[in-house]
Amino acid sequence: MADTVFTAKALTKTYTSGETQVLALRKLDLEIFAGEMVVLLGPSGSGKSTLLNIMGGLDHATSGQLFFRDLELTNLDDRGLTAYRRQHVGFVFQFYNLIPSLTAYENVALVTEISDHPMRPEEALALVGLEPRMHHFPAQLSGGEQQRVAIARAIAKRPDVLLCDEPTGALDSKTGIRVIEALLGINAQLGTTTLIITHNASIQEVADRVLFFADGQISRIRKNEVRRTAAELVW
Amino acid sequence: MIRMRALDIKLLRDFARLWAQALAIALVIAGGVATLILAVGSYRSLDETRTAYYERYRFADVFATVSRAPRTLVDQIAEIPGVASVDARIAKLVLLDIPDYLEPATGEVISLPEIGEASLNQLYMRVGRMPEPGRAEEIVVNEGFALSHGFQPGARFSAILNGRKRELTIVGIALSPEFIYAVGPGDIMPDDRRFGLIWMSERALASAYDLDDAFSSVSLKLRRGASESEVMMRLDAMLERYGGRAAYGRKDQTSHAWLNHELDMLNNMSRTLPPIFLLVSAFLVNLTLSRLVALEREQIGLMKALGYNNASIVVHYLKFVVVIAMIGIVIGGAAGTWLGMRVTSLFGDFFHFPFLVFTKSPDLYVIAAALSLVAAIIGAVRALREVVRLAPAVAMQAPAPPRYRRLLPASFGVDRFMSQPTTMMLRNITRHPLRSLFTTLGIALATAILIVSLFTGDAMEQLIDVTYFLADRQDATVSFVEKRTRDITLQIARLPGVLAAEPYREVPVRIRNGNVERRIMISGRPRDADLNRIIDVDLRPVVLPEAGLAISNMLAMILGVRVGDSVEVDLLEGTRRTVVVPVAALVEDYFGIRGMMDSETLARLMREAPSVNSINVSLDQNSQESFYAAIKDMPVVGGLALQRVSLANFRKLVALLITTMASIYTGLAAVIAFGVVYNSARISLSERARELASLRVLGFTRGEVLRILLLELTLLTLIAQPPGWLIGYGLAWIMQKNLAGELMRVRLIVEQSTYVFASAIVIAAAVLSALVVRRRLNELDLVTVLKTRD
Repeated sequence: MADTVFTAKALTKTYTSGETQVLALRKLDLEIFAGEMVVLLGPSGSGKSTLLNIMGGLDHATSGQLFFRDLELTNLDDRGLTAYRRQHVGFVFQFYNLIPSLTAYENVALVTEISDHPMRPEEALALVGLEPRMHHFPAQLSGGEQQRVAIARAIAKRPDVLLCDEPTGALDSKTGIRVIEALLGINAQLGTTTLIITHNASIQEVADRVLFFADGQISRIRKNEVRRTAAELVW
Repeated sequence: MIRMRALDIKLLRDFARLWAQALAIALVIAGGVATLILAVGSYRSLDETRTAYYERYRFADVFATVSRAPRTLVDQIAEIPGVASVDARIAKLVLLDIPDYLEPATGEVISLPEIGEASLNQLYMRVGRMPEPGRAEEIVVNEGFALSHGFQPGARFSAILNGRKRELTIVGIALSPEFIYAVGPGDIMPDDRRFGLIWMSERALASAYDLDDAFSSVSLKLRRGASESEVMMRLDAMLERYGGRAAYGRKDQTSHAWLNHELDMLNNMSRTLPPIFLLVSAFLVNLTLSRLVALEREQIGLMKALGYNNASIVVHYLKFVVVIAMIGIVIGGAAGTWLGMRVTSLFGDFFHFPFLVFTKSPDLYVIAAALSLVAAIIGAVRALREVVRLAPAVAMQAPAPPRYRRLLPASFGVDRFMSQPTTMMLRNITRHPLRSLFTTLGIALATAILIVSLFTGDAMEQLIDVTYFLADRQDATVSFVEKRTRDITLQIARLPGVLAAEPYREVPVRIRNGNVERRIMISGRPRDADLNRIIDVDLRPVVLPEAGLAISNMLAMILGVRVGDSVEVDLLEGTRRTVVVPVAALVEDYFGIRGMMDSETLARLMREAPSVNSINVSLDQNSQESFYAAIKDMPVVGGLALQRVSLANFRKLVALLITTMASIYTGLAAVIAFGVVYNSARISLSERARELASLRVLGFTRGEVLRILLLELTLLTLIAQPPGWLIGYGLAWIMQKNLAGELMRVRLIVEQSTYVFASAIVIAAAVLSALVVRRRLNELDLVTVLKTRD
């Protein structure tokens, strides 16, 4: 059996908003394996983003346990989570979240400067096919290009896991496919465990496993015997 | 090639993006810093200059005048323990006759040793030379007098020395530490045209006044640590039999006292205004930077998500605010230094200092810089603490939509009468009560510092009103060389052009309550005096009771006495008795401290026949020339003070200096006001960019959106005015307390026009900001703003 990267045990997250309490994750159990490409599907508010945020050390769980290998994330304080993110996690967000005042190159360098064994920024940009445009500012790039810069930025530090929250959500199908292509390429070449949240059901075809979310729990897990390539996707 | 770190590049680009705002904040800091450096720096420079001037030209410590004392006494005076050196000379008041100059001018002739220099109160020669020994007609005059008459060496005029007219020739023009402020007899302001200092050969003066081997004025320099009062007591004892008037120290020497007072005012202004400015600017910078950093919330969340720890994020933003603060400090430091040098030169010219010492005050720069930096850093940290505490996932999202509330229950139905934009604005204000409060307070403080800056102008006008139009309504004051009998009043009254004449008798006294004592003049006045009136603290003319003393309100405060209390008075002339007199009234006056009494009562106290030192006259404007001519022919007259000229001089000199300072402060306050309002507008634009863009997408015009944005600022600016007036009045009160001195003080009066003007400047700053913001708003890229967020 492959190495386990994430192990969640009865992971629970409750948001308090004024007088109302929202249960975002209900006692969720899950294992994610090294090198896996996992797609998370489910309606809005079903707990996908919450799980990804907690896995990425961006948020705290209310109860339960979450392990990254042997490291119990649910035990870490802010400082520990920062170190964890810095060493192990790459993020890709729906709205790219590039620093508008930095060029593509500099946005990647922002991460490589604080990592232990990063690739060179131009290397990371080459992996997503953006080397020729690396001196452009975000505002000078298309949405798809911006997202690929975000991916380059996420993988430049050679993370163990790549967490993508709706990476194609703001993109048309053609650019979306290029982004998925970039993610698959990374997964294949670097063996980075990749989790992708999406509303686009067709993307599930490229995954090893698909997790279906409902009401803060995983309602169903599907294992793809055959993974499709990005080019084969239709949406 | 060394590449800059990406975060530092971000820093630079942020500056490029936010330069206007950064500059506006930097200007607020600069305003505070400049005020401190300007005010304290110029005060220190002037104070140093004075000290150096006094030292180099050996300004004396103790002064006394006598009728006639033998030269042999000088050695005995030098023997008094604590006396370092003695300078005895002849000094007399004389009337001058200057060609083509109608008004009678007065001079003080002072003897110069036949050989060498005077040992004290030495002259700084500007032009020309000292008189040659034996040349009785050669004189040196003070620079102010020479300049105002256009005199060069070689110019001639005449003076009446002991009743005899003498032709004099100027051979030199000089400055003296003793007459930095040259105030003529009966005057309250220096008037260089009508009062001049004349230094001439001792032999010539001695023979004119029959003072061979004698002196009429003596100055002493004391050893370090010597007791001034003890020396004065012994000196008084020695001089008494020679007709000595009580000796006095620098504190009571006219020139020194005035200079001291001017510098004190400057010092007090520098202790009052700059701290207020600096604190206000620190507060505003704190407020602004904290909002500016709070705007970076999403980028901070992202940096955290990327693995930056809190410390490096904090350092990044601290660099940002520190750079802004440093820019402000540098601009403020440069502006403050430049203005300080200008002010020092302006005052230096006014005082005719022979040279200026510009002190370097590194401590000021350090204090101003440290305070500004700390304020900026605290502002940033305050905002960062909030944001950094958030989990990155939360920080990266826009702040949770605030929970807006209805202002009043729906059943009131008020909402129906308000437009949606008004509702938006009111909910926005009530949603962020603290921020609205701080913004309001910031704008109020801007109004307040404008008011306190403008207050000095109001105070000066009020002072002029009371002094020149309510109290001292005479046209001229004639003063005599020696006291005269009362019939001199009749003589003066008969002179051409005189409409009314009121005689006064002035007696130097020491007034005391417990162990607080002051040296003042008591003037005995006719019961029914109408030209020179006593104005009480409620600004009403009062009639003096037969027995009892009216004293300056300020003096009453110093002595701690009220109407009805008694004070001890040492009469320093004639019988030299000590008497106890009740205080009968308190006088509202702004120059000096003094006492007034019924002249009959004063004569009884003095045990002398009623006598006269000076006469106030009111003049027929058409016969002034013949009046001046007649006065010039009266050898008994020592001087003539003209109210009209005095007022003009007051406006020209003191008021000019104070209004110059006030204008500089007002300018700096206006800069601060603009910085605050502009930043408020800019930041609310950033904070609400999405909301405003959405409105544009919904079909609102640019103008409508601008109105929505500015409505809040307008409301806050208007709400801020009344508290601003209140705080401004409070600051003016502090300033008035700090400015009050024994030589001059002002009443706490803030004109309505000042409130209006201060508010107008702040509102103008708001309008200007609105124009700048409008350009920004028009550049707002709707698509980008809407696309990049969920």
